[in-house]
Amino acid sequence: MRTRTEQFLPFALLLPSIGFLSLLIVIPMVQALLLAVMAEGGGFTLENFQRMVADVNFSDAWRNTLLLLILIVPLQIVLALAMALLINSRFRGHGLFLYIYAIPLAISDLAAGILWLAVFTERGYLNSTLQSAGVIDQPILFLSFDNLAGILTAIVIAEAWRATAIVLVILIAGLQLIPRDYFEAADLFGANRLRRTVHVVLPLLRPSLQSALIIRTIFAFQTFAVVFALAGRNMPVLAGEAYTWYATNRNEHVAAAYAVLLLGLTIVATVVYLRVLGLREAEVQR
Amino acid sequence: MNARVLDRSLLYGSAIFLAIWVLVPFYLIAISAFTPQAKIFDYPKPLVPTSFSTETMQFFLEARGVLPSVLNSLLVAAFTIVFGLALGTPAGYALARFRFRGREAFQVIVLATKMFPIAILSIPLAVTFLQLGLYDNLVSVALVHTAMALPFIVLVTSGVFVAVSHELEEAAQTLGCSRWGAFLRVALPLALPGLAAAAIFTFVISWNEVFAATILTLRTRTLPAQVLASLSTSPLAFKFAGGLFMVLPAIAFIFLIRKYLMNLWGSR
Amino acid sequence: MRGMSSRASALVAAAAILVTACSTTGTPAGGGAVDQGKPFVFASTQFSPVTEQENMRKKILAAYQGASVDFITDQSAVILNRISAEAKAGGEQQIGLVGIENGEFAALVAAGAFDDITKIADKHKDQKIPQDMLTLGKVGGSAQVYIPWMQATYFMVASKQALQYLPTGADVNALTYTQLVAWAKNITDKTGQKKFGFPLATDGLIHRLIQGYFYPSYTGGLVTTYKSADAVTMWNDMKELWKYSNPQSTTYSKLSEPLQSGEIWLGIDHVARLIDVLKAKPDDFVAVPAPAGPKGRYYMSVVIGLGVPKSSPNKAGAEALIDHLLKPETQILTLRENSFFPVVSVTMPSDLNKGLQLEADAVAKQASAKDAKVVPLPVGLGAKGGEFNKAITDTFVRIVLKNEAVPTVLDEQGAIIQKIMTDGSVKCWGPDGSSSGPCQVK
Repeated sequence: MRTRTEQFLPFALLLPSIGFLSLLIVIPMVQALLLAVMAEGGGFTLENFQRMVADVNFSDAWRNTLLLLILIVPLQIVLALAMALLINSRFRGHGLFLYIYAIPLAISDLAAGILWLAVFTERGYLNSTLQSAGVIDQPILFLSFDNLAGILTAIVIAEAWRATAIVLVILIAGLQLIPRDYFEAADLFGANRLRRTVHVVLPLLRPSLQSALIIRTIFAFQTFAVVFALAGRNMPVLAGEAYTWYATNRNEHVAAAYAVLLLGLTIVATVVYLRVLGLREAEVQR
Repeated sequence: MNARVLDRSLLYGSAIFLAIWVLVPFYLIAISAFTPQAKIFDYPKPLVPTSFSTETMQFFLEARGVLPSVLNSLLVAAFTIVFGLALGTPAGYALARFRFRGREAFQVIVLATKMFPIAILSIPLAVTFLQLGLYDNLVSVALVHTAMALPFIVLVTSGVFVAVSHELEEAAQTLGCSRWGAFLRVALPLALPGLAAAAIFTFVISWNEVFAATILTLRTRTLPAQVLASLSTSPLAFKFAGGLFMVLPAIAFIFLIRKYLMNLWGSR
Repeated sequence: MRGMSSRASALVAAAAILVTACSTTGTPAGGGAVDQGKPFVFASTQFSPVTEQENMRKKILAAYQGASVDFITDQSAVILNRISAEAKAGGEQQIGLVGIENGEFAALVAAGAFDDITKIADKHKDQKIPQDMLTLGKVGGSAQVYIPWMQATYFMVASKQALQYLPTGADVNALTYTQLVAWAKNITDKTGQKKFGFPLATDGLIHRLIQGYFYPSYTGGLVTTYKSADAVTMWNDMKELWKYSNPQSTTYSKLSEPLQSGEIWLGIDHVARLIDVLKAKPDDFVAVPAPAGPKGRYYMSVVIGLGVPKSSPNKAGAEALIDHLLKPETQILTLRENSFFPVVSVTMPSDLNKGLQLEADAVAKQASAKDAKVVPLPVGLGAKGGEFNKAITDTFVRIVLKNEAVPTVLDEQGAIIQKIMTDGSVKCWGPDGSSSGPCQVK
């Protein structure tokens, strides 16, 4: 089977993507990377990285980014998995529910930020509801600058709502590829739903889980609109700092330094996922 | 029997709970969008609307450039899906079926292209596009969106093909199909639901993308460039109406594409 | 000008935020040949709210007869990058005319993005655009980079519910910062609520308040008095004021929203970020001058200018559009619709919307107060303007929000500011006077 064509086939299949991405992303990215190591007048320097690290917001941004990642991504995976397994049990009306769960896909992070601010702000929907119900008689300040737990909770809720659907779509696709026999066989052996999930479904779902984790993590490193809306200046995150240095402070060099840091972080996370959840030799043909 | 009833109610209970959690914010945005502008700041806000007005929503329908931008957005998204799947599916297939040197490196590099904030890429990109004369053009926006979505398409499709049993493909080959024929007749149909997921994914990335769309267009703007980019500075009533206005076409799109996910279900 | 008995005279004063003599008899613009050349884009960092965009397209530009114009606006970073990308690409591009803030021109000028439009400026001599505004339009060089288009400022808005808590002896139209702090404290003492608001969100304009209001009013300067004892007093007052400020202020990008919802009762912000509440509820709010400090009632004048890019596809069309925008009737229409003030000499109408009237009166009172002193946006910082703003905002965040020691913060942030001044050889401006070398942080 292993002809010369077969040997070159994978590379031929990869070539269009590689060419396309080189042209549209890699070349501008190299230009942008150079910005990070160039001084404003030209010449190489590490000054941009020094400025980044010395910045008031740097350590906070670093901490907040990791904190949000750790809080949000696992929650989204669990939520999406629950939704996906429910749908996959194919109860009557599962199609409608899948559609409903997928709707937040249509919401951009900017719109989600506006929406959730309207919920959590001092005179927002949450306080309105609580006050109308007589639970409180003064609005609660969920987003007060000294109430870090409140702000974090609000962001986690908003992000879980906004971006779980993406994970769901990937997991549903993965679940459908698992033959029904596996579920039925598990039933025969008397496995209850939870054990069946853990022992049968999850291992088979690993490729999809891996994709979902990687995608969600990359997005989590990049998004900041919801954080900006709900926490304002209170909760700097790395991606937000990159954007602020670029758009507001108008120093593309330091912005590029942040971008390089994000790139490095995300690569590390991706490699870890690939290694830890990586497909075993046997699962890949040849 | 009792256990079964309990089981069912647990199932529906959790499904409905999750659905409410997803839908409540949409309900809030909808009632806000149709609240008269004078009442938008009332407190406590009524959860059941007491008055109804279409003035704010109408504003968006009548605002110059908004309706054409809806069409532009749909076109860009469609181009992006076509370009993205055409480029990404072969790569995903290669990653799933072959073990070759640099396989993992390729995965990481492809993903790495998505790890760089698009804002920082925008200046070199915009200058290049201007020089190439590819500027203010829907195809050029679609090209950038394709580049943004491609890493995910590759990743998702490779996951899909890994799960599509290669034995079936080999069986088809022993029965006389060429490798291409086996792919086309066996692997591709089995992979379609997964590819539909990739398409939805691509649509979402393109539909909500603001930065490249604003920097690469001036007149032929997409809906986010036309509406979303300026929402945060707009009066509150318009934020909600604009948000809802952005969401409605996308909900319709997901409604259409959902058939793809469902129809093939259980066909195996 | 102090009696303010006549509404018309108030408006004349309002028109001259920069306090320059101006006659009330407007001369119509030269008109300019109507040229039906190539369509072009009029790109601006102003009027980004969807409502203002539509006013611009459907009303303010309605009477313009020249080549077809697309008015495009966005966040300033997007528009400025767009302009600089077109400048880099060279040749003939799409943007024919830009309308951006005074301070936003500097970096683009350094990249050689604009034509010299001295000729167009000369044509409009009769319209009596204040000379110091025109000089600002040269952005430190000899060529006329932009022609002033419209102007704005910052002032204070207070809910009428707050008036009963005004400290005894305080005149709401002539407050001092000390009285403002006492007022906010009194509200908190009596109602248990924190009702002052700062525009502290990531896109809020807090840096302008510090640069143009707090610092000069307390210290008489900004850079040269950055670490002074007066500055320490100012920061301690700000810390005190923060105790009575809504702690959700860090999410406020424009104060009209929390004012309208009742989350805050008092706040100082840019006119464009306050006008919504005044127009929506003119009977529930008062608009008053910004408070005064020991060194005077300093306020900031914001000038928006019109410039023609070198890559403009239709320069004659751009000129015709400038002529249209500077016509007295267009300038008044711009005030009516989008609340920015004229720069040319105009006769103000007497039938302004109630909210606009509040705005106009407040601006007039502010400009004509006996202790009033005007400050421009930072001058000469070029591309470093953003970093300067950040250094100023960070000072606030560290001292007021993070409660760090004032002298330490002033030393550390002062060093950052000094570096910006030295690296860019930025001379002192505005309240700091002038300097031969880079402005020195003291």
